[in-house]
Amino acid sequence: MDFTILILALPLLSFLILGLAGMKMPHKWAGAIGTLSLTLVTILSYCAAALYFGAGRNAEGIFAPITPYNHTWLPLGGTLSIDMGILIDPISVMMLIVISTVSLMVHIYSLGYMKGERGFQRYYAFLSLFTFSMLGLVVATNIFQMYVFWELVGVSSYLLIGFYYTKPAAIAASKKAFIVTRFADLFFLIGILLYGYYTETFSFTPGETLLMSAGAVLPIALALMFVGGAGKSAMFPLHIWLPDAMEGPTPVSALIHAATMVVAGVYLVARMFPLFIDYAPEVLHIVAYVGAFTSLYAAIVACVQTDIKRVLAFSTISQIAFMMVALGVCTSSNPHYGGLGYMASMFHLFTHAMFKGLLFLGAGAIIHAVHSNEKSQMGGLRKYMPVTHLTFLVACLAIAGIPPFSGFFSKDEILAACYDYSPMMGVFMSIVAAMTAFYMFRLYYLIFWGKSHYEEQLSLYSAGKSTHKPHKPHEAPLCMTAPLVILATITTVAGFIPFGNFISSNGEAYHIHINPAVATVSILLALAGIALATVMYIRGNSKLTTAINKALGIFIEAAYNRFYMDELWLFVTKKIIFNCISRPIAWFDRHVIDATMDMMATITQKCGNIVRPMQSGNVQSYSVWFLSGALLLALMLIFFT
Amino acid sequence: MNYFEFFSMIPEISLLAVFVVIFIFDLVATGRYRRIFHALVCLLMLGHIYVCIESGDKEVTLFGGMYYSNSMIAFVKAMLVFGSSLVVLQAHRWLRSTHALAKQGEFYVLLLSTLIGMFFMLSARHFLLFFIGMELASLPLACLVAFDKYRHHSAEAGIKYVLTSMFASAIMLYGISFLYGTIGTLYFEDMAQGLSGTTMQIFALVMFFAGLGFKISLVPFHLWTADSYQGAPTVVTAYLSVISKGAAVFTLFVILTKVFAPMTAQWQMMIYAVTVASITIANLFAIKQNNMKRFMAFSSISQAGYIMLAVISGTAQGMSAMVFYILVYIMANMAVFGIIETLQHNVEGGELTREHCNGLYKTNPQLTLLMTLALFSLGGIPPFAGFFSKFFVFMSAFDAGFLVLVFIALINTVISLYYYLLIVKAMYITPNDNPIAKVKCDMYTRISLCACLLGIVLLGICSFVYIGIDNFAF
Repeated sequence: MDFTILILALPLLSFLILGLAGMKMPHKWAGAIGTLSLTLVTILSYCAAALYFGAGRNAEGIFAPITPYNHTWLPLGGTLSIDMGILIDPISVMMLIVISTVSLMVHIYSLGYMKGERGFQRYYAFLSLFTFSMLGLVVATNIFQMYVFWELVGVSSYLLIGFYYTKPAAIAASKKAFIVTRFADLFFLIGILLYGYYTETFSFTPGETLLMSAGAVLPIALALMFVGGAGKSAMFPLHIWLPDAMEGPTPVSALIHAATMVVAGVYLVARMFPLFIDYAPEVLHIVAYVGAFTSLYAAIVACVQTDIKRVLAFSTISQIAFMMVALGVCTSSNPHYGGLGYMASMFHLFTHAMFKGLLFLGAGAIIHAVHSNEKSQMGGLRKYMPVTHLTFLVACLAIAGIPPFSGFFSKDEILAACYDYSPMMGVFMSIVAAMTAFYMFRLYYLIFWGKSHYEEQLSLYSAGKSTHKPHKPHEAPLCMTAPLVILATITTVAGFIPFGNFISSNGEAYHIHINPAVATVSILLALAGIALATVMYIRGNSKLTTAINKALGIFIEAAYNRFYMDELWLFVTKKIIFNCISRPIAWFDRHVIDATMDMMATITQKCGNIVRPMQSGNVQSYSVWFLSGALLLALMLIFFT
Repeated sequence: MNYFEFFSMIPEISLLAVFVVIFIFDLVATGRYRRIFHALVCLLMLGHIYVCIESGDKEVTLFGGMYYSNSMIAFVKAMLVFGSSLVVLQAHRWLRSTHALAKQGEFYVLLLSTLIGMFFMLSARHFLLFFIGMELASLPLACLVAFDKYRHHSAEAGIKYVLTSMFASAIMLYGISFLYGTIGTLYFEDMAQGLSGTTMQIFALVMFFAGLGFKISLVPFHLWTADSYQGAPTVVTAYLSVISKGAAVFTLFVILTKVFAPMTAQWQMMIYAVTVASITIANLFAIKQNNMKRFMAFSSISQAGYIMLAVISGTAQGMSAMVFYILVYIMANMAVFGIIETLQHNVEGGELTREHCNGLYKTNPQLTLLMTLALFSLGGIPPFAGFFSKFFVFMSAFDAGFLVLVFIALINTVISLYYYLLIVKAMYITPNDNPIAKVKCDMYTRISLCACLLGIVLLGICSFVYIGIDNFAF
């Protein structure tokens, strides 16, 4: 498996090339370099997966983790050291596949989407940087390496959200994303340091004795790490950055804010799962409750948004929360009894990455065609964009949980795990799943069905009531539709992958079986959601819709404004923190620290003038200083020691 | 006496061989062969780095314990040769100028003889051998400082250097004679047993220290520094500030810990005082300097003070911190001097000042960037190598219990940042209608600057460098 180093080296290399020399290249070359390196990475990732899983299980019946590289970067004394290396185990291999596949699709798609954009080379350089960091994150051999790449991922996300740096909204969004996730990362770092200090290692799997010595601190450390994960994975109340992050180019949203980076938090919890389950099961249940609440909250908000990317953003939050819930409801590491959620979570991560990437790329194609994010500008697009329409429908069916699309299988496992944990949780999550079906089909109908905005405008124009000739929506070019088709194919068939065979909570093979009761309920609920959406939105806003809107007036208004979470955060930060903490500190800084510094500067200047004559340029006086200095030193030593 | 022992002094003998080759080449080569002279010297020196490192596998004790070498010493020697190669690489353009061309061979030969002197200083385990090495390292340097002898400043710098150097040597020799008088031997190993800290020996310690303090340019033995640095040809200034200093610091560390071990309390106190004075006074002067070379002189005095933080600890940790500091310092300082050397050809009067740097970014973005990184490294800003080297040095002093000293050094770091950043500000922010025109570096300078850049960026991040050095210590 020595070649795995190339999986990291190639994107880094392409980042360096594009970053240093990109601006001197024509757009085509830059795109070609980025895409080519990613193609190689994808091939290598698939090879790694084939070799790893092909090698079979070891004597204990699990896929043994292997570390082709592990280099001690900073020895910190004792057993504690910061290592850099590559860890290959079932979940990291799965993540390699997910990241490289979606990233490659995004690279190809962007050739069309970003064509002629200013800073095209910069865009590809950042994409490479992001891919490098994300791959580094998943193959990390220890928690500290993970943290290093975790921050790199944050930086590249910041750079990509703020890609249109002349647009104030994009700048604000990139700053918001960076600050909110950094805020969460602070807890992550504290968690890591506590963990390292008490277990005397940064490894994911410390020995029993080391863990014993950590004792009661371990749950706290793990809980703090989860806060970091919650920040990156946009769990309530740290979710506020993700909807704004949609200001970045749409393919970036597909890659970072749907398929890869935002699941880093889930991956983190999965990575630390053996510790969570053995030493901090109560923290794991907190994870479940946070996840459950987030999924409901995000689903409600998603039902009323009008910007299609925002709907997708909230749907992402909700779906990631599903994965968190699945991890949180685990009560043991035995997949047959209480540990099903782990496998379900990873399975959903995999399928979600594919269909959510597909949804975002489809949304990108639509935005590309109508030049707007607002649903009011769309409608009736199915005639104009057949490929996008079909692939989008596949993704919607998958996320709604309709068999045989992949989302059904993974979501069904999650729901089964929830029912195992407690019937309450199961019912709760089933309702959220039904809401998912509703809002996704609301989105679908408003985009592709109903009255065509273009035709309305055209009739206005031809009737002479409008001077502006509307732009006819057109299907996206091949390099954009091809990734859509590929991802749609994966979405259609991925459900039949015997996922439990590769990944399960304790490594042993687990044969996925559909629980007929759960499956029936979830399909019925999903169909109900779709039916409601159909009734309400197939012809645009119907009378029923207006009536419902009226009845729920205030509630919908609140949901549209995301229950004023952003305002609440602003109130806390701007009013409370600024006035009560920052202002006094600023005063102290200005009047005490600065004054001290000014005083030091003045004293320095004065002293400078005093010692100036020493440097007279006269060799005789130099000798005098030399000798008297030596004598003074000697006298000092004689009298003071 | 076993004459074959000479052949065990591999770094010295091979350096002597390089010396002889260059000397003969200078005598016989004419016409087009002279054109490859510089390249030849560079290659020979780079090859010699390899020889030094190769020789470091084993411990060598020769001539009844007068000469000693181990892997750490071999590494320091390799480091010095590497630094000298950077100096030689940067000297190309200056050596091609008309008044220096005739003396091209002399420059190499003088430079190499000082290097041999330093090698003996490093390996000496007997005060006479040490003294001979030190003189061999000092006298040819005086010639180098006065190399542009028809330029007023250079001649002045040379005479100031040679006078102060003689003065320092005399005092040092006087101190060594005190030691011999009280103990009756000059072997390092035997001396440690005879020392007890009498008044006479304290005088001896201080006088010996004054001699090396002159080479390291510590306050109050530093006064020659500014004048000589300013007057000397820039490459020689670079050599003075990094190579000559590095060798002296290492030797000081060895002698203090080996010979003066019974007087640790005394020398630690002495170095304490000198360190505080060096860092502080040099910073005070550096703020006021406008001439870049003079500025770098004071910067180098203050840097020497920081190295003393490693010396004062006297531990293995201190030794590795010191060697790493010197290595990083070579990189950063050589980058700055290389840029000064490159730029000053385009300046009227050949004296680069801070005003000349104004708006340099517009015409020479690459040089400006490198200069900025080098200054950041000197100032100790992460993630550049200088941050790590300062960190290790502070750590070693901290672990040895010198908390107040570390605190004073930290405050001074802030002051030093101010004057380093003044230059960065001048280059990037201060507007200037006619900055120095675009300068084209010759190939040799470019190679050396690239090496410096790599060093500045990578030495800190690649932890194995420090860990490797740490394995050699003691």
